Formats: sequence, structure tokens, C-alpha cells
Amino acid sequence: MTMPTDPSSRALPAPPAPPATAATVHPLNPGATADAGAAAQRQLAQLAARSRHWQRTRCLTFALLAVWLAASFCSVFFARELAALSLFGWPLSFYLAAQGAALIYLAIVGAYAAGMRRVDRRYGRELQQQSGPAPAPEPGMPARGETS
Amino acid sequence: MSTVGARFARLGRHYLYFTGCFGAFLLALTLLEKGGMPRVWIGYLFMFATIVLYAVIGVLSRTSNVSEYYVAGRRVPALFNGMATAADWISAASFISLAGGLYLHGFDALAYIMGWTGGYCLVALLIAPYLRKFAQYTIPDFLAARYAGGSGGRGNPVRLMAVGATIIVSFTYVVAQIYAVGLIASRFTGVDFSVGIFLGLASILVCSFLGGMRAITWTQVAQYIIILVAFLMPTMWLSAKHIGNPLPQVAYGAVLPKLAAREAQLASDPKELAVRAIFTARAEAYAQRIRALPASWEAGRREVLGELDAVRLRAGSLIDIRATERRVAAYPATAGEAARQWSEQQAANLARALPPEPHATPFPGPDREQSDSRRNNFLALVFCLMLGTAALPHILMRSYTTPSVRETRVSVFWTLFFILLVYLTIPALAVLVKYDIYTHLVGSDFSHLPNWVSYWASVDKLNPLIAITDINHDGIVQLAEIAIDGDVLVLATPEIGGLPYVISGLVAAGALAAALSTADGLLLAISNALSHDVYYKVVDPAASTQKRVTISKLLLLAVAFIAAYAASQKPADILSLVGAAFSLAGSALFPALVMGVFWKRANHAGALAGMVSGVGVCIYYMLHTNPILGGSVASQWFHIAPISAGVFGVPAGMAVLVAVSLMTRAPDEHSASFIDHIRAPE
Repeated sequence: MTMPTDPSSRALPAPPAPPATAATVHPLNPGATADAGAAAQRQLAQLAARSRHWQRTRCLTFALLAVWLAASFCSVFFARELAALSLFGWPLSFYLAAQGAALIYLAIVGAYAAGMRRVDRRYGRELQQQSGPAPAPEPGMPARGETS
Repeated sequence: MSTVGARFARLGRHYLYFTGCFGAFLLALTLLEKGGMPRVWIGYLFMFATIVLYAVIGVLSRTSNVSEYYVAGRRVPALFNGMATAADWISAASFISLAGGLYLHGFDALAYIMGWTGGYCLVALLIAPYLRKFAQYTIPDFLAARYAGGSGGRGNPVRLMAVGATIIVSFTYVVAQIYAVGLIASRFTGVDFSVGIFLGLASILVCSFLGGMRAITWTQVAQYIIILVAFLMPTMWLSAKHIGNPLPQVAYGAVLPKLAAREAQLASDPKELAVRAIFTARAEAYAQRIRALPASWEAGRREVLGELDAVRLRAGSLIDIRATERRVAAYPATAGEAARQWSEQQAANLARALPPEPHATPFPGPDREQSDSRRNNFLALVFCLMLGTAALPHILMRSYTTPSVRETRVSVFWTLFFILLVYLTIPALAVLVKYDIYTHLVGSDFSHLPNWVSYWASVDKLNPLIAITDINHDGIVQLAEIAIDGDVLVLATPEIGGLPYVISGLVAAGALAAALSTADGLLLAISNALSHDVYYKVVDPAASTQKRVTISKLLLLAVAFIAAYAASQKPADILSLVGAAFSLAGSALFPALVMGVFWKRANHAGALAGMVSGVGVCIYYMLHTNPILGGSVASQWFHIAPISAGVFGVPAGMAVLVAVSLMTRAPDEHSASFIDHIRAPE
């Protein structure tokens, strides 16, 4: 699969503008300068933590996609060459296409779930610490009609 | 946390109890069969017992709450969501036809195994967690929120495009499932094909009509258990019989070298060569008649009409007259029709004149170029199936039903795990049955054909599942004399392995469960797209929740009846297009879904243009290369088969999405904060 390089992501880890909704959650009050400074700093730190989280997520995703691509493409493209080798009685290329690749895919999905759990936990804690005792609600869409 | 744990334990207990009851039911039927219950009763009992079971689960989980109806209240634990998605995924084609495909096409058919499992990597890594974080109801919902713009900034154009793609893809797919339900029911119980369809429809409706996603989920978990037991039991038995090891997935490697040796032997066996020579001669006779058109058509017509006159003149028996009349009716009506029919016959005879292809050899071909072309087609098909899997709305819809993003990721793992329990067994089953047929059936005496052959040969009179004719009149079965439909493989495995008929009934119930579970999910995907995305989001945004659910249920009913009606017409053209649905889904939805998460610059105009051009290229290629749709093989690009049209559609959609996005205004701040939100940890 071809993934065009992401132009906006090159600007990371400093996103161009703070999210509009985040600004409404922490309104900057020009009267209380000390408070406002601390709030702005907290917000910046939060944004930095978020972009680090996204960078880690992307790294993990693309690394695993590379494994996925290699397992799929190589086992088919070089199938005729691999057919001469054998694995527990199977010709290697037949085994890879019938079972091996599928097992690699399972391992990829498992590794992603485990890896992302770690990444989420680490940055989730960081984000919570920065946003103080009462965590700010996530910007975005609240699910409508859920409670009906 | 403890309530979640308690819920999980309670569900686990319920399904263990269910599995126990199912085992007891099997045991009871085995005893009844020993006691002399007729076969057809076993078929009826299986069919009705399982359909009643699904209906009961549907009634128990009925609901009219919006969140329960659309996304099962978002509280399905990962393991059970994985099981339900696996049942959603394993369609009649996977259950019945895939093993047959492997039997007939050897290595080439492994593209389906790779494509249909590898797609889950893309679902897990690129799409599912972000959909769950978004936490709405449908796939068009996600695209509309991400690409907000167009009329009133609500993303309606993108939403409607996505709805269109969802409906086209899911509808062809659901017609094929309902058609399979009719086939299975009529083959196992002898009821009429259309009666079978409407029985299946009743069970689908009770379930999804009353409880939407919630009822479907819990039914699908039960269906998965039946699918698994039905698929593994006969295969394990066969494996124990042939290899002495009840784990076919591990043990069939030992049979492969034996199979290869037998194939080499049959390829040069003199009697096989004689049969193949007869087929070559028949093909040559058709070729001569085609060359002599239209004179040969006139001559042939005169000949059959003359025969009819002769039979009437000598006052032959009524049966004789009827048979000759049928031949007259079957004779091609025009010279053009004759050319088509005869070239089909010629191709069929030529195909049977070929020696068996070695099962485990990748891309055999007379020269490097043809072998390369087969490899490229294999790669293209794998690519399309993977991307199509990652864009099928009824599978993606399932990422909304888990309690959290983390559970969604784990749920995809369980989905693939449960799919693999079946998929890793399929190549083993194909090899084991092939070995059995090549060694036991081939070379046996025509007067002592095994029971399963005569039984399955007589089940479907129009398209016999297996036909063995003594072409060279030597009284011994040659491999080239066997014409086999791939579907018979799974259906006949219990009898090939010498198991009681109860297990055949179980396999039928499993196939039925596979078709019904997939049909359930697809129907819900279609009716949700219509009711939620078209009615609620576009037509009447002020509709009350009660009204939304009611509309959704009515639409489900309507779509189900249209699909069942379409299936009862036995539409060959729709059925042949099911494989193409993957290319179409991938081209339409995959670029927009993935770029929506991974590229902030992608905007409304880009997404719309990308979807249109992806679908456009895909459909253009299919129309121009698929003979069924009026295209010709000669206009293929790089010799890629029309089923893999997505190999051009997806890159085209991706490129246009990027180009148009860069040429138009960047998306506004609202879009940026939306992307930040779905990317952020919980």
C-alpha cells in the first residue's frame, strides 16, 4: 500500500493552531496574568504531549504496516523461489500463503493492541496530570441521543 | 470494572450453557438416527431448531432504544464482539465455496485466504480505533463529520456518496447470502428454493427487526459457535482418519508430498491420457462447427427437427418425444447464439482435457510470462481483497459497539483469531479431500461408487454438484472423468470421512448460520445508512429518537424483502459480481477513511473527488474487461482480471483525493480539532 507523506505532520510537534474548542474550555482571562500564564503553559504542554502521543502512534502504525507489506508482498512475489525450501513438510511458499501470512497478521494486530495500550496509558497519564485534578472534557462531538 | 467483569462472566456462562445444550442436541440426534430416524427429518430438525434458536435470541434482546438498536449500547466485551464480527465476516462463500476453490485452483485460491485475513491489519491499524473514538453510529457519519463542508457545512455530499457505496456493496453481498440460504435449505430439506429463501428471511427479520445491532450481536455469537463446531468436527475426523492426527491445521503437511506424488502419477497415466484425448477431440469438433457457421447451425437445426419428425412418425413413446422436443427447444435459436454456446462448450471440453495442476506449486505456467501474469493477478487480488475488507461497512460498523477504544483494538485481534480458527483449517480440508478423491475415488470401479457420490450427484438436478461419467468406457473412474463443483467439498466431507448423517446436518446448519449471520449484518448496514444517514441526517434532522428507530425498522423490512425477491430470481449477474464488491468498496471508501485520519490537509472537495474517481475507474475497468458486462478480455491493463479492478481504483482515488485537496482551500479549524480529538488517547 502506498501512503503519501503527510505534509501537515512535518510541522509537528508544534501544531499550527491550538484547537478552537480547547480554547473555549480554558478561556484566557487577560485580567489575571499569572493565572493566564499558567493556563497557557499547561495548554502548550498538553499540546506537546498530544503530538508526542500521535508521533508514537504513527511510528508503531507504520512499523507494523511495513511488516504487513513485507509479509504479504514478499511471500507472493518470491513464491516460486521459496517453493524449493520446505518447512515441516510444507513447501515454504504454500505454507506462507495458506497459514504463515495469516498468523503474521494476527501477531501484527496483537502487537498493535498491546503497544497502543502502553502508549495510551503513558500519555494519557501525562495529559491528565497537566490538565489538573479535573480533566478537561475532550473537544469534539458528544454522542447525541445516546441517553435516550 | 467489577460490573464489566461480572457482565463478561455472565455472558461466558450463558454461551457455555448454550454450547452444552447444542452438544446434547447433537448427541440426541445421533441416537435418534441410530434408532432409524429418516435423513430428511434430521435435515428438518436442524434447520428449524437453529432458526427457532436465532429467533428466540432476537426476541430476548428486542429493543427500541437508539443506542441499543444502532450500536448494541456500546457495551459488548472485546472477546464477544470479536466472535460476532467473525460470524459477520464468515459468509456462505467462506464456509462452503472457499475450500472448493482451493480444491479446484490450488495455490491461486490462497489469494482469498491471504486477502481476507490481511485486511484486518488495515482495519486494526488504520480505521477501527479512530471510528470508536469518534463514537457515532455509521461509516457515512464518520466521513461526513471529518469532511464537513458542502451544503451548510454538514458534509452531506460526502455522506450521500458514502451511503451510495454502502448500499451498492452491501446489497450485492446480501443477495448472494440469501441465495445461499435458499440453496442450502433446498439441498438439505428438499423444500422449494423460494420457500427456503423466505424461511431464512423470517429468521433474519425476527432477529434484526426486533433488536437491531444488539440482537444481531448476541445471535452472531451463537452462530459463530455453530459455524466453528460444524467446520472443525468433520475436518478433524477426516484428518484423524488419514493422518492419525486430529489437528488438521498442523498435520496436513504430511499429506502434501503424497498428494504431489499422486498428481505426478496421474498426469502421465495412459488411461488418463486417453480420456483427455477424447475431450480434446470433442473440443475440436465444436471448433469445426464454429468455423462452419452459419451453415453448421442450419444443418444442426435440420437434423434435430428431422429427428423429431422421425420419432413422431414411428409413433415413439411419449418419453422419447418429450426428450427430443427438449433437444429442439435447447438448440440455439440463432447462429450468433450458437457461436456463443458452442465456444462455451469448446472451452469447457478443453478445460477438462488439461492435466491436473500440482496443488502446492505457485503459479505453474508453460512459460515465464504466463507464470508472471498469474503472480501479478494473485498480488492484485490480494491487494483488492485486503483494501475491500478494510472498507466493508458492515464490518467497520462493528467497531462502534465496544465499550472503549482499547477494547476495539483487542476486539479486532479476537475477530482475526476466531476467523483464523476456521480459515487455517480450510487449506487443510482441501488437501485432505483432494488426497481422498485422488487415491480412493480415482481408480475405483464404476459399479462400486461410494454412497456420497450418488447422493450428491442427485441433489441438484440442474447443476449437479458432482458428475462422474465413464468417458472411455473402461468401467474404472479416471480423474478426468470427474466433474466436481467446489461447493460439494464441504457439504460432503462428513460422508467422505464416514461420519453419520447427523454431522452432514450439522454442516448444513453451520453453512446456514454463516449465510444468515452475514446477511443480518449487511441488512442492518443498509437500513442504518438509509434511516440514520439519509432520513435523520438529511431529510428530517428534528426526528424524535422513537421515530428514528421505527423508520429504521420499516426500512430494514423493505430492504430485506427486496433482497429476498432479487435472490429468488436467481440473478446470475448479481452473484458473479460479489467478488467485485471488494474492489468497489475499497475504491470508494478506503482512501477517504484512511486519509481522513492520517492527513489533516485532506478536505471536503478532495474526499468527494477521490470517491467519485475511485468508483469511476473501478467501474470503468470492470465494464471494459468483464465479458459478462459486455467488455472484452483484450482490453485488460497489464492482464489484470476485472475482479481486481480496485488495483487501479484505489490508487486513482488516493491520487485524486491528494491532488484536489492540495488545489482547494485547507479544511477549517473545526476539522483540525476533530482530527486531534480522534487521534488523542482516551
